[in-house]
Amino acid sequence: MITFFIALPLLVVLILNLLPRKQADALSFWCGMALTVVSGIYVLMAPRPMTSDFDPVNLVLNWKIVTSDLTAVMLISIALVVFSAFWVGRYLLEDENRQFIFNNLLLLCMVGMNGVVFSQDLFTLYVFLEIVGASSFILIALERTKAGLEGAFKYILLSFVATVLILSSVAMLFMVCGSLDYEAVRICLTSGTLDENTSRFVLFAVGLFAAGLLIKGGMVPFHGWLPDAYSSAPTPVSVLLGGIVTKAAGIFTLIQLVRNVFVFEGVSPVLLVIGTVSIAVGAFAAMGQSNFKRLLAYSSISQIGYIIVGLGSGHIIGIVGAILHLFNHSVFKTLLFVNAAAVEKQSGTVEMDKLGGLSNKMPVTGFASVLGFLSAAGIPPLSGFWSKVLIVVGLWKAGAPMAAIIAILLSLITLAYFLSVQRKVFFGKLASGLEGVKEADFRVLVPTILLVLITLVIGLTFPWLFDTFLVPLESFL
Amino acid sequence: MMIYPCDPVFFISLALMAICALWAVMATDLLKSAIALALTSVCLSLTMFLLSSPLAAVFELSVCAGLITVIFISAISMIKPEGNDRKEDLVFRKNRRLKKYLPLPFLLVVVGIMLRMIQIDMPALPVADALPVSLSEVMWDERRVDLAGQAIIILVGVFGVVVLFKEYMKQKECEK
Repeated sequence: MITFFIALPLLVVLILNLLPRKQADALSFWCGMALTVVSGIYVLMAPRPMTSDFDPVNLVLNWKIVTSDLTAVMLISIALVVFSAFWVGRYLLEDENRQFIFNNLLLLCMVGMNGVVFSQDLFTLYVFLEIVGASSFILIALERTKAGLEGAFKYILLSFVATVLILSSVAMLFMVCGSLDYEAVRICLTSGTLDENTSRFVLFAVGLFAAGLLIKGGMVPFHGWLPDAYSSAPTPVSVLLGGIVTKAAGIFTLIQLVRNVFVFEGVSPVLLVIGTVSIAVGAFAAMGQSNFKRLLAYSSISQIGYIIVGLGSGHIIGIVGAILHLFNHSVFKTLLFVNAAAVEKQSGTVEMDKLGGLSNKMPVTGFASVLGFLSAAGIPPLSGFWSKVLIVVGLWKAGAPMAAIIAILLSLITLAYFLSVQRKVFFGKLASGLEGVKEADFRVLVPTILLVLITLVIGLTFPWLFDTFLVPLESFL
Repeated sequence: MMIYPCDPVFFISLALMAICALWAVMATDLLKSAIALALTSVCLSLTMFLLSSPLAAVFELSVCAGLITVIFISAISMIKPEGNDRKEDLVFRKNRRLKKYLPLPFLLVVVGIMLRMIQIDMPALPVADALPVSLSEVMWDERRVDLAGQAIIILVGVFGVVVLFKEYMKQKECEK
């Protein structure tokens, strides 16, 4: 496992940088492709639970790996989004040198995210979070535009705040527990041996850790960096950030720690409030945007709010819904950013005021966009509908009906702004100057079609998935 | 190796740390400032190690001397100054900083001596069983994965410098 997910991408990066540049340029894309496809297939085919006992690299690293179905969900999401980002990078980045650096950084970012997923120690988690943070920051600034540099700077500043919070928390937990291993911390915190003062100290430390992760996840009120970073980054990087980075670095880790390490059970009012406010702020802010990518960024804040609300419900159905929504959001948000990339390249802009009537010129992209928007808004029978249903049912069963009602009502707002985007960009009269626009080529259509199929298949086969997805996740919970 | 706080080595490491910290705030070049900060961290790690806290020393070394420095250097590559500052301005700024920050290490020493004189009753922290004692033992046996992670982040930093700094210099050369 470690060989596939950590060592091999790293080895590829090293080899590519030792080869003559001309050969390395051509190889970097195909190596990245092969790695994402192989790792995706590996996760799907590997027997559960995945183990690293006979892994040759792990004999040296001696990494204690504990996998669950949540791990598998994340690994597939990472492979899928990175796969799409590789194609979009090949499509949009014209400069070969830049494309080569992008491919290398993408692989390193993938290594970082996989490391976050595998981490079983709070400090190791921190190290891999920093790999993701540093590579994302360089990727955002890749084109050295003023907006890109500004977005990268905001990202790094808030990332530093998150780092300080996380490290302070790590130090405090180390003081109390004498170890940073997940299992040891869990035993220490749940043994019932801590006195009242120490318990308060621990609660404070947990709060700091959660705040750091919420910054990395771009949750309200820590979301300041997210719209700038997503919209100012080159679009292939937006695909990566919007599709997976915030989820791997912030939300997945939060789910993992809240459930398995800090062991919070029952309804969490703090998470419910943060989640609900994020849904509302993200949805209303998205309504006022005229830039396609910026709108998708605000929509991400809103959608991640649903995941937090599901987690905050503390109910098994709500949490399973949150995990399913995490995967679904990776799929439909990547799809929408891939569509944005196609629109940007073919029409030369992502300003919605200058766009219109593109569905006749770009039928596949237009159709994929409708599907992505409807799935995000939670329209049946698409995949986003089922995860939102599970979250709402979980909230209801957990005794938080107000949060459930707010979640449903704000889903209608999501539908409203997405339909408005669809009308502005794809429907209606063709905007002037776009007469020569053509459908995007296969480099964008490959990930588009794959993501559309996943959205449809998950939606249509949900009764089967309910048995094969929900039941195994119960073991994680 | 157990060195008691009255050992000269301990004081040398503290003094080195203060000098490096002073250099970090005095340096007019951001890059040198980041390197000085990393050296401060190295001295702090050494101090922690001398105080028989190898795990904390490794964490400090990893975080401040390793990861944060890489990020700082990448960030500084983005905001590399144009180099148009006049020499007189630089000297003036340096002197102003010296006046501002020079008393700080002395203040630190005074506070340290005062803290040693006052008996503070701090509860002992729980110590994990069989805590490793040497730096290499901690680095290799206990935190091997972190070591690999740090190597990866340095690689990321190299790409950062290539993308943000080298390309910037190339662009500048083309403009000339």
